[in-house]
Amino acid sequence: MNETTSSRQADPASWLDEHGDALFRFALMRVHDQNAAEDLVQETFLSALGAYDRFEHRSSVRTWLIGILRNKIVDHFRRSGRVTAADEAAFEKKAVSDFFDETDHWRVPPGDWGTEPDLSTENREFWNTFERCVLKLPQTLVDAFCLRDLYDCQADEVCRVLDVSETNLSVRTYRARMLLRKCLEFNWFLPDR
Amino acid sequence: MSFWQSLRQSLMLNCREVSELLSASLDRRLKLRERFALRQHLKLCRDCSNFSKSIRVLEQAFRNWLRGSSSERLSPEARDRIRQELERRSGRNS
Repeated sequence: MNETTSSRQADPASWLDEHGDALFRFALMRVHDQNAAEDLVQETFLSALGAYDRFEHRSSVRTWLIGILRNKIVDHFRRSGRVTAADEAAFEKKAVSDFFDETDHWRVPPGDWGTEPDLSTENREFWNTFERCVLKLPQTLVDAFCLRDLYDCQADEVCRVLDVSETNLSVRTYRARMLLRKCLEFNWFLPDR
Repeated sequence: MSFWQSLRQSLMLNCREVSELLSASLDRRLKLRERFALRQHLKLCRDCSNFSKSIRVLEQAFRNWLRGSSSERLSPEARDRIRQELERRSGRNS
């Protein structure tokens, strides 16, 4: 139980080197604005510095930092008046029951997206549509998706950040896919239906 | 109901269950029983087949999108600004 003081000391300079880019990417995916993302990263590090005494080392430093960043992102969206927590909860709940009728059949049957759609970087219009659809997702859902990247799809790490069980994570991923799929179908693949 | 009938029934999935399993199949390896039930349903259901194909496209799109963003870095200016701010604050705290 004899923790040396040095291992207990905050080393913010090394945090910035080791996790700065990862935090920035995560923030950028969520807010799509470079300045806002940079500010969020700065706020995160400053909060982390102040809260380090209370960090219990049960998770990795990165997981702890991303947890702080997620709260900053929620605040950011609240400040900009785009969403409230109640909106998100209602949206998330209603979201999937809308896809099936009482007999568990599709309300709106999924369409055929054709073979080999163009997902290349050059297809700017597609990616604009894609990002608009991602931005419409509730934060809790899209986090599940974006975090897989930062953790190389390690479900247990993602669960730790989001503080949910693996079952709950797969429910969120499922909902995110359902909503994103529908949005892309209507706005890109089959707009005329 | 015979044994085979009840077995068959237990293997029948509805579209909602199929959509959940198809999503899960992108994240984990399905059990043999699940794979079998999926295949049976997909043979007969065009809606779910379309769904299956489209979430694969979606998964690929998401991966491409994330890969595109993986080249994003904090700008040197932002990095310096944050470093200075951190040094200023930690100096004051200690």
